[in-house]
Amino acid sequence: MKVRLWGVRGSIAVPGPRTVRYGGNTTCIEVRGDDDALIVLDAGTGIFPLAQSLLAHLPVTAHIFITHTHWDHIQGLPFFIPIFIPGNTIRLYGAFDLIAQRGIEHVMQVQLQFSYFPIREAELKARIEYETLSVGVPVTVGEAAVTPVLMNHPVPDLGYRIECNGKSLFFTGDHEPHYNIYSPGEEGYDEYQAAIEQRQAELDAAIGAVDLLIVDSAYTSEEYPHKRGWGHGTFDSAIELAKRVGAKRLICTHHEPTRSDDDLERVFNEALARHPDFGCEILLAQEGLEITL
Amino acid sequence: MSSQLTPELERKLTTAVERMPAFPKSVQAILEMTRNVDCLPKDLVGVIEKDPVMTVKILRVINSAYYGLPNKITSVAQSVVYLGINTIKNLALSFAAVGILPRFSTTGFDIQKYLLHSLTVAFVARLLCEKFARGEADPMDCYIAGLLHDFGKVVFTQFLSIEFMKSLAIAVDFDKPLHIAEQETIGADHAYVGALLAKKWQFAEPLVECIRDHHNPAAAPSAMMDCLRMADMICRRQAFGDAGNPWREEELSQMPARFGGEIESVIAKVGDLEKILADAQSFAQIGTER
Ligand SMILES: [Zn+2]
Ligand SMILES: [Zn+2]
Repeated sequence: MKVRLWGVRGSIAVPGPRTVRYGGNTTCIEVRGDDDALIVLDAGTGIFPLAQSLLAHLPVTAHIFITHTHWDHIQGLPFFIPIFIPGNTIRLYGAFDLIAQRGIEHVMQVQLQFSYFPIREAELKARIEYETLSVGVPVTVGEAAVTPVLMNHPVPDLGYRIECNGKSLFFTGDHEPHYNIYSPGEEGYDEYQAAIEQRQAELDAAIGAVDLLIVDSAYTSEEYPHKRGWGHGTFDSAIELAKRVGAKRLICTHHEPTRSDDDLERVFNEALARHPDFGCEILLAQEGLEITL
Repeated sequence: MSSQLTPELERKLTTAVERMPAFPKSVQAILEMTRNVDCLPKDLVGVIEKDPVMTVKILRVINSAYYGLPNKITSVAQSVVYLGINTIKNLALSFAAVGILPRFSTTGFDIQKYLLHSLTVAFVARLLCEKFARGEADPMDCYIAGLLHDFGKVVFTQFLSIEFMKSLAIAVDFDKPLHIAEQETIGADHAYVGALLAKKWQFAEPLVECIRDHHNPAAAPSAMMDCLRMADMICRRQAFGDAGNPWREEELSQMPARFGGEIESVIAKVGDLEKILADAQSFAQIGTER
């Protein structure tokens, strides 16, 4: 499997001199199976440069897996140029929208409305298919299997485990480690704590000892208390997760949009210093970073 | 014990709940709380888990096949662990938008007294579990069983109102257990219908069984069932709320064995029933009348 990062920023795209090294595009990850089947994880603005790279190899079949429908993970979708070109096939996968009571087709319909985009869904020239996923049920893409896992975010959010010929990776999408909504001693605390621990164990098992773990690490541990409930993790929680599941390599992503490249490196190194015994390779997500598993 | 519903009626009842409004106090509380972005998750959970309609709708969603959860979720707090408070909040808001249950339905069934009954049974069942069945059943499961055991009646009063009105009259006029009257007029009782719905929504099997068998003396006993039945007896005997099935003194002979022989001594061990009643009343908006 090959992995290439096209967008590593959280919340909103932030191009400019302060982010030029790590990149300003929002989430998009290209994964190629051993048979070169194209799996795209999320459609943030990073999907636009990915689309450019595909134009030399038409027709394309792209399997786009959406972790969740917040803007920074879908806003590049209407600019995924292959959707306008006949002969291409785009298959969009994602979670059921509980509130709208609609499947993943909803995401395209919402974005391609008259007031927000000049082209209607019916006018897209590629073949567009939709598949609303059931948590835990793997989908086959060529030689790879993609299994959706329910994560913790203010909207239903799927992490994806991808396996191909014995190699594996997991991407959390946006994810905040579970926390207790009760204070110690309050009625309900113990029960909630037990439910969290059970959930954590289920999640760890679903992720497993992957070769590559890509984790939402938007905040530092100092910032986190003010951002609790916003749905994102920290560098430390990412490292702890990687340790628990026994991941071989960890990539910290979903960089906070106001964080400059220098600040990013500084807070990352501080987190590393807190985990000197960390037994695996750990990297900051960077646009253009390529890893072969 | 009860004959089958026609498939047509079954379909009507299972879709019915989509359109079922919630209780006035929870709708009001949810609208107020959610205006504040910092509303505490635990406060929201506290409101939702006191409303049987909201609870049913949340559990139904979380147990749906899309989330393929290994174990069925039986509490609102657990649902928050899986889906997150923001999703639960927005679900609750969408349920609130359906409207509120009227205090009296066309059947004369007092919906607020029903809520008071369900809430007190839920509170007492949880306490009984903690005191008499620790380790054998989960107190929160007993709470949910209490809250939902008579849910079939709300469905009846909303969607089979004429037949249910007859059942209510028969129960009072002929001093008959309500579930028997329902079987005669509707062809199935509220326990059967409640369980049918709970099963359809993939609720945990013990909860489904508990709802189904709570009036069936021949059913295999379980710790959860014992706590539910005992709580139901206590609350009906004390006239906490009313769900259309007046207390009959001869029911005492069916008291589950684990609690010993005297209902008074069980009540004494449960603790402050008046406080439970007051808590439930403040939520059911019934005040001091009963
Ligand atoms: Zn995000
Ligand atoms: Zn997000």
